[in-house]
Amino acid sequence: MSEAVTQKRNTRTGSSEGFDEVLVDVRDLKMYFPVTEGVFIPRVVAHVKAVDGVSFQIFRGETLGVVGESGCGKTTTGRCILQLEKPTAGEIIFYGDDITKYDSKQMIDVRKKIQVIFQDPYSSLNPRMKVGEIISEPMKVHNIITNEAERQKRVRYLLNVCGLASAFADRYPHEMSGGQRQRVGIARALAMDPEFIICDEAVSALDVSIQAQVINLLEDLRDEFDLTYLFISHDLSVVRHICHRVAVMYLGNLVELADGDELFENPLHPYTKLLLNAVPIPDPDIEKGRAHEIIKGEIPSPINPPPGCVFHPRCPIAVDNCKKEIPQLREVKPGHWVACTEV
Amino acid sequence: MSASARSDLLDVRDLSLRFKGAKANVVDGVSFSVAAGSTLCIVGESGCGKSVTALSLMGLLPMPPAEFVSGTARFDDRDLLSLSSRDLGDIRGNRMAMIFQEPMTSLNPVLTIGMQLTEPMIAHLGMSEEAAMEKAKKLLGMVGISEPDRRLAQYPHHLSGGMRQRVVIAMALACDPKLIIADEPTTALDVTIQAQILELMKDLTRELGVAMIIITHNLGVVARYADRVNVMYAGRIIESGVASDIYHRPRHPYTLALLKSVPRMDRQREAKLDPVDGQPPDLTKLDEGCSFRPRCRFAKDHCAESFPALEDIGDGHTSACFEKDNLEKEVKEVVG
Repeated sequence: MSEAVTQKRNTRTGSSEGFDEVLVDVRDLKMYFPVTEGVFIPRVVAHVKAVDGVSFQIFRGETLGVVGESGCGKTTTGRCILQLEKPTAGEIIFYGDDITKYDSKQMIDVRKKIQVIFQDPYSSLNPRMKVGEIISEPMKVHNIITNEAERQKRVRYLLNVCGLASAFADRYPHEMSGGQRQRVGIARALAMDPEFIICDEAVSALDVSIQAQVINLLEDLRDEFDLTYLFISHDLSVVRHICHRVAVMYLGNLVELADGDELFENPLHPYTKLLLNAVPIPDPDIEKGRAHEIIKGEIPSPINPPPGCVFHPRCPIAVDNCKKEIPQLREVKPGHWVACTEV
Repeated sequence: MSASARSDLLDVRDLSLRFKGAKANVVDGVSFSVAAGSTLCIVGESGCGKSVTALSLMGLLPMPPAEFVSGTARFDDRDLLSLSSRDLGDIRGNRMAMIFQEPMTSLNPVLTIGMQLTEPMIAHLGMSEEAAMEKAKKLLGMVGISEPDRRLAQYPHHLSGGMRQRVVIAMALACDPKLIIADEPTTALDVTIQAQILELMKDLTRELGVAMIIITHNLGVVARYADRVNVMYAGRIIESGVASDIYHRPRHPYTLALLKSVPRMDRQREAKLDPVDGQPPDLTKLDEGCSFRPRCRFAKDHCAESFPALEDIGDGHTSACFEKDNLEKEVKEVVG
């Protein structure tokens, strides 16, 4: 990395691209879901520790990727930021205020600024509403544009911005392909003129050629509307392509956080290394030359996570101490944070 | 190509399929072969006919509404397409087996793993229940499942997704098949589990000499595991060859476009991906011209006149494109 880049770093989990205004500050976020037993008098017997003490910052204008396997807590983290889940503990600072303390009335204003794009364009659009209604509804609810004609004009504008003809406003979701539906989902998110969009597996359900179209669209919109993305995905190739910084999660914990190119070229945490190794690269010659080190076993239950470092049962470099000591996220290189005592 | 010189295990010729009432064929004149111990990958986007091809070979496509228009599929000196469903039932799950994408829906939720795993052995090989159970334990060990005794008594919902897919693979292996068709075997799984499962399948082809057809849209998986690759578009094979030819010397604009539209983990944050414009075509609205023409950058007037035939361009590499010789400049840009 060049010096110019590192100079602009923020003090804590700093960005390397010169983004220095913190937009969202997540501090020690915990989300435990209770596990209950008993039909009539349910009692809590355990907790699923979906997110267990995660801290990171999102800078204005950047795209922060969150990667990890299913059950690592990446989606729950996104849902907590949206306040779709009430976190068990921790703070989410947005515009200087902790929004976890907000009631639903106060959240209305926040929701205008934070939008979400879901994975499945089939289930996230109401099948009984026309596309035009789907996109204009948030504007109506939030009283952004009260004039119906104005609203329709904006719907057409948003459709065009997302690469769809204005005529799509009169169609129903079932008349459209997966890629077109995802564009509608994006247009709906843009309707509120948000500053921050959480993309939860936003391109994962799409075919290769359509996926590339939607990735390009997301990138264009980011530049055009100065958007900040939290890009949650299990597809590391897509994350490498679109994200400025990348956070790796494992079993509810943040294990590594770094500039995208740095993380992919120089991963430090043993989990990140194995995760990257598992991703096949579309080139048979490169694949022949790669050592395929397979990560052993499966993710342990988040109800009863291993003591010490949660990764130690599968870790190739674990020592005895890893069973006891919980590793803290520390900055080993400028902007490169890792939670492992053996690095 | 050496694979075709050896006796092929499965040899599909001119397979065409359609659904009743439809004017167009969903699979149109598809020919390919698989040699013992080799892996063929079929790639293409949703609706290109790759799964329908596999299902029809296994006799798992409901007929009607589906019907064969033409074709033969020689497997073990018999034509799969002309067998009665009873004869096909003897081969299916026995000499050839299938692995599906969704391990939850391809296992019966109300039967134990043990019952499901022993069923094909008892039915096809006439094994006793005890002998089948013994073999089931061995199979579970082979696919990397610990504590086989306990697992055999469990139900599918006790197992994780990766574990279930291992059970499905163990079931596919139960009768020592010669051919396994895997339809998106790892799409529902995490990358680390995907690597475990595919590595396991690779070992099986090597050690047991099983031939494998993997149907996938993941070009990374293809690069890692395929010997040969068929690229399908709108019901046809439009390019076919050994993996390195397909990736380094693509001779069809669609293959090239696919390669240009995948984000790659080994490349830096790039300026732009280069996606294929437009949507895959509606099969009912195809004309006599090349079906990729509306999205193709190289299309000329003559592409509208007829569908280009698959032509051999050497080393078993075939391409169905009139303009295949004009791709080289762009290929250089991609491959470098």
